[in-house]
Amino acid sequence: MRLERRDDVPLGLIATAPIAAIVAALILAAGLIAAAGVNPGVAYGEMLRGALGSRLAVTEMLTRATPLILTGLAAATAFRARLWNIGGEGQFYLGALVTAWIGHNLGLPGPVGIAVLLIVGMAAGATLLAGPTALRLRFGIDEVVTTLLLNFIVILFVGMMIEGPLRDPLAFGWPQSVPVDGDFRLPDLVPRTRLHFGLILAIAAAGLTWLILARSVFGMETRAAGLNPDAAQFAGIPLPRTLMGVACLSGALAGLAGSVEVLGVTGGVTTTMSPGFGYAGIVVAMLAGLHPMGVVAAAVFVATVFVGADAMSRATGTPSFIADVIVALSLLTMLVALLFTTYRLRK
Amino acid sequence: MSVVLELDRITKRFGALVANDAISLQLAKGECLALLGENGAGKTTLMNILFGHYAADEGAVQVFGKPLPSGRPRAAIDAGVGMVHQHFTLASNLNVLDNVILGSEPLGKVKSDRSGARSKLVELSDTFGLPVDPEARVGALSVGEKQRVEILKALYRDARILILDEPTAVLARPEAERLFETLRGMIKGGLSLIFISHKLHEVMAASDRVAVLRGGKKVAERVTADTSPAELAELMVGHKVARPKRTEAKQGAPVLVAKNVTVSGAATGLDAASFTVHEGEILGIVGVSGNGQSTLGALLSGLIRPEAGQLTLNGAEVAGLGPRGLIAAGAARIPEDRHAQGVVGEMTIWENAVLERLGRFTRRGFVKRAAAQAHANHLIERFDIRGAAPDTRIRLLSGGNMQKLILGRSLAAAPAFILANQPTRGLDEGAVAAVHTELLAARDKGAAILLISEELEEAVALADRIQAIVNGKLSQPIATETANAQRLGLMMAGMWDAPDAA
Repeated sequence: MRLERRDDVPLGLIATAPIAAIVAALILAAGLIAAAGVNPGVAYGEMLRGALGSRLAVTEMLTRATPLILTGLAAATAFRARLWNIGGEGQFYLGALVTAWIGHNLGLPGPVGIAVLLIVGMAAGATLLAGPTALRLRFGIDEVVTTLLLNFIVILFVGMMIEGPLRDPLAFGWPQSVPVDGDFRLPDLVPRTRLHFGLILAIAAAGLTWLILARSVFGMETRAAGLNPDAAQFAGIPLPRTLMGVACLSGALAGLAGSVEVLGVTGGVTTTMSPGFGYAGIVVAMLAGLHPMGVVAAAVFVATVFVGADAMSRATGTPSFIADVIVALSLLTMLVALLFTTYRLRK
Repeated sequence: MSVVLELDRITKRFGALVANDAISLQLAKGECLALLGENGAGKTTLMNILFGHYAADEGAVQVFGKPLPSGRPRAAIDAGVGMVHQHFTLASNLNVLDNVILGSEPLGKVKSDRSGARSKLVELSDTFGLPVDPEARVGALSVGEKQRVEILKALYRDARILILDEPTAVLARPEAERLFETLRGMIKGGLSLIFISHKLHEVMAASDRVAVLRGGKKVAERVTADTSPAELAELMVGHKVARPKRTEAKQGAPVLVAKNVTVSGAATGLDAASFTVHEGEILGIVGVSGNGQSTLGALLSGLIRPEAGQLTLNGAEVAGLGPRGLIAAGAARIPEDRHAQGVVGEMTIWENAVLERLGRFTRRGFVKRAAAQAHANHLIERFDIRGAAPDTRIRLLSGGNMQKLILGRSLAAAPAFILANQPTRGLDEGAVAAVHTELLAARDKGAAILLISEELEEAVALADRIQAIVNGKLSQPIATETANAQRLGLMMAGMWDAPDAA
């Protein structure tokens, strides 16, 4: 038995790979659920009902999918150019922090203020990724390490700020930042639910990212630089500038996720506001095959698992950590599935 | 004579492609068999099956009368088959002795028998005339020496049948001749040999018998003494192929002028190099590999800037403009390594066709896809690129067709200056003829062409004037008419006389 590279990957295979990966991950996780003493069929049923079974459930799931779409786009954009941005979590938090900080006391009318705050959040995320990228370009420092470590630094920085200068005096000692001005909260999409206008922003961002990556000169240069840096350079594509552009786009998307989450859901910043949106974004991007539109679908799947797992846990007593297991397993099975879309087995 | 190796109707398919179609071969003891064929004819696949890297779909291999189990290199080694790959499989951070014994000792052994191994290695190297220093670090060896280590590695494992895959692809002419001398000595010592080649003169000079492969089939077998290069060429290609003949050049005004250009760096740089390429002429730069050709290529591709000296194109300074600036100034570039630099394999043909001239196919930051695809279609037709649609990923093209696209995208803009860096390296006869024809046609239309080549035949066939490059220094140019093998040989060795009339 050996692996042989496929000459051409059929489109059907590209589409079925993530589905097969998800099914495989669910089957593997079923073993763990069974080990916890629960019938996996019942557990998955509860999970589906919890995420999709009612109007409220669906809006909750979509609320959760919103930041995942944006962090997924951030990872997909960077990975396409072989820029390994593992710092989505840090960029998310920095975007959120800066948004809350400036949004608490900004003397602008509502819509203008929202636009300013979103841009500020994007700028914060972009700046945070620009540093490690510049270090890689100048000194060859591995951005996997720097972006990953920056996550912890940023989260500790957020902790310091909300215990100190940004502490909300009205929060009765809860570690929480001052809230953004009510004028700047994103409007609800569905009344009396948490689902907000950010979902539209995230889907628009996916469309725009697709347009940039697939149709623009910048997107084509990015792809060439990622696939064969030597040939790209020979063709006259300035590698450092291209990579910095990718870093700014990727960081901005993750920062936007934090900004949108503050303006749409939490109002202020806490150190627990993200259940790992930045890291889950990597899974979302991989499940989507790094395709911007696929990211939307993959984010909906991951959000379904996260939201559904809570309901499953309440109904059956299975630990809700199973959600993390399913998401992590689907990354692994997706990597295997990707191997088989590029290669085939031969005797 | 006894048969030491027999391949019986070997068939191997890759998907729809039949790489080997019922090929049978026999090798006698003490014989040197050449396996001749163009790229993609199935030579390497066949030898990989013999050596156990691939398993054949049908057919059988017999070594010394015993069947060889398929798909197991270890079995082939144990049966006495040794293979020297085109791309060496040596660990460059280890010394020669370590490389030779690597993998030949059982894992469970605590201490390796280095002194025993060393005396065996020294004895082999004496017997077969393959001098090496067992303690030398492989990374510091020249290409020719590395090849010797590869051969010794096979002999150390008691190979009695040696397979060499394109053994001269990486060697300069004198090194190649020395290699064939050594191989003849080894045959006298009782070894049997198969060597893979697409170079006719080597096959004629070194082999006893020739098997010609084409399109996965064995099309002919000849005793070398009874055949001719012309017959072999026709068998190999399937029809008559003639490289184009150069006509008198109509040399015009100077186009690209380099004056005392100096570049230093990690590889061999350039040392006060001066040359002039005129309108309507081809200037050939010949030399042994590694004497500064890569630096010269990088400089004229816009990838590096000189530290001193001037480089002008039609009178304007172009040093340090970068690839895009150079292209805008009227230069076209054919890179040394088409896979590494010429194309992005995973991108489509149309994307590769416009990548270096994206500015022309852009509107408001977006790629004009329809125009770009039409341009690619035009190139495919004009330059006879086979097996291609604009949406095909370019890595699926053969080397020749890939090179035709690179040539096409360069020539399409009617450049004033063309850098052709090893333009036919690794191409088959048909593609070589096509590339030569296009370059000569561009010259006749007035382009100034700088040809960097390690193939003397190519330089003499194409260039109007020739300069040699030795250790970053350029000789004075000589007119090709006054060049002969001896004079060029001396020039490439760094011996050239005072300025010549050319």
